[in-house]
Amino acid sequence: MTVLCLVELDGTDPADVSLRALTLARTLGDSSIGAVVFADSAGMPAATLADYGVTDGYVIEPGSLDGYAPQAWARVLAGLATETGATAVLAAGTDRGNEVLAHLGAITGLPMAANCTVVTPDGGRTHRIVRHRWAGLLLEHAVMEAPVALFTVATDAVAPVPVRVSAETPDAIAQDVSAETPASLQIHVHKPELAEADLVVRAVESAGRAGGVSLATARVVVGGGRGVGGPDGFAPLEELAELLGGVVGVSRVVTSEGWRPHRQQVGQTGTKITPELYLACGISGAIQHIAGCAGAKHIIAINTDPGAPILAHADYTIIGDLHEVIPALVEALRAR
Amino acid sequence: MEILVCVKRVPTVGGRITVTPDRQEVDTRMSGFAISPHEECAVEEAVQITERVGGSVTAVTLGPEEAIEQLRGSLALGAGRAVLLETDGREFGPIATAAAIAAEVRAHGYDLVLLGNEAADTGDYQVGIRLAHELGWPVATGIKSLEVSGGAVIARREYRGVEEAYELPLPAVITVKEGINLPRYPSLPGRLRAKRAAVERSSPAWTQFGPEGLRKEELRVPASSQHQATVLGHGADAVPELVRVLAELGILP
Repeated sequence: MTVLCLVELDGTDPADVSLRALTLARTLGDSSIGAVVFADSAGMPAATLADYGVTDGYVIEPGSLDGYAPQAWARVLAGLATETGATAVLAAGTDRGNEVLAHLGAITGLPMAANCTVVTPDGGRTHRIVRHRWAGLLLEHAVMEAPVALFTVATDAVAPVPVRVSAETPDAIAQDVSAETPASLQIHVHKPELAEADLVVRAVESAGRAGGVSLATARVVVGGGRGVGGPDGFAPLEELAELLGGVVGVSRVVTSEGWRPHRQQVGQTGTKITPELYLACGISGAIQHIAGCAGAKHIIAINTDPGAPILAHADYTIIGDLHEVIPALVEALRAR
Repeated sequence: MEILVCVKRVPTVGGRITVTPDRQEVDTRMSGFAISPHEECAVEEAVQITERVGGSVTAVTLGPEEAIEQLRGSLALGAGRAVLLETDGREFGPIATAAAIAAEVRAHGYDLVLLGNEAADTGDYQVGIRLAHELGWPVATGIKSLEVSGGAVIARREYRGVEEAYELPLPAVITVKEGINLPRYPSLPGRLRAKRAAVERSSPAWTQFGPEGLRKEELRVPASSQHQATVLGHGADAVPELVRVLAELGILP
């Protein structure tokens, strides 16, 4: 019994989200865990994959397939699923993972469940599934009946846990690792022949914006909402963010009003953030926004309204006007 | 350029999601409804394209009679025609939804179909892709910038800090994300026109679509998402306490 997992690379390492997906894949009880990597053979991160319980590494070498082509990637997965008799094919719930698995669903005519947090085999062709709706603020419990279960794993749902501990394994994770026999990784190299139709849509990549701290990875995010009052009110927030080594994020109303560009939006339709601290200023806390900031380790809210929904998600709160609190905070931090 | 835009009626849940006692639906007794955000941008994008290169925009939705509200919203933004694929209120899965939209595409002929990348409520991430396969058209998803030139579109998005550009021959399916544009406020004449406009209806045959193999059992609000915040104080007087907490959390350099 085989389960196949699309593994994305982050440089030469498996992406963290893919290690999380592999961790969930191991819970399905299949004896063979196949990792599908689109890279040169030399680029196969075999050691890390073996640490995460992968028994078979499928290297899909470029050739006709140069660069990201979602439909072609799905066609390759479909072929491998047939060849290995896979009972499940999964990927991390990233833009690419969801896209490729949706293509795979369309190619095979099978259902695909996006952003699952739990997948449990329930005999034969049945899997019980818990998946995100509303970007994770609502959970759907569902039953999937399909010869091959297709799904993606919500990127924040499962902690990455290796089957064996290496020198680099963080202590917090190493404690959770059960003593399993280290797996041996068998590498299979594929050079797929693909139909022209599967290669029509392919990415031409170019370098993105350089420099600066990105919202998605910032350690501190200072959030501004409707309470900021207008496009001219963000300077104190910028100043505070700089003092704290962070960046400014905003709520959807701020981008809808055109006060700030959309790339600064924290939320379901913007960026999901995972900072140590999210300081939410003048933000009421609509579901749309919470979906983007719930991954923050600590949330401090500054709001004039003691009944604002954001307070139910905050660890600490100051009831007051951000226009008084932020300048005073900046002054206090400068005085330190 | 004939463009079809697919919109979905979703509840505006505000600060809190609750589910009905049978745990089958989101409780919408206290909420309004809106066009799912990515799709509102899809309507705006379609209208902007036809303003540049000519043509017309049709808005389509699969949903109950009440979803006419979202079709009128699309008409107010500049769509010229609206089609309701009327359901009995039950949730169509992504396979059936794509098939129902494909039937509308085949019946009227379009050069471009725009959808949102994913619906705000169900978040299935696949209707546009299934639709493209159904039609045999190319598809690009999560698009943040779109250019039409000749018989092709150039679609761009960003992935992990790298810009990806896709060139698709028309006809094509594109799913967009919020941020591709800033949807206009509907003008008063636009709203009046939308109110008077006829909405075409058809009923996709629910029965022609078998079970999709993914059956919802119930919806649950995750337990851990709400807790009690510690109040540090009121106004600027709370700043010393705030600084102490920031230091305690290891935030201060």
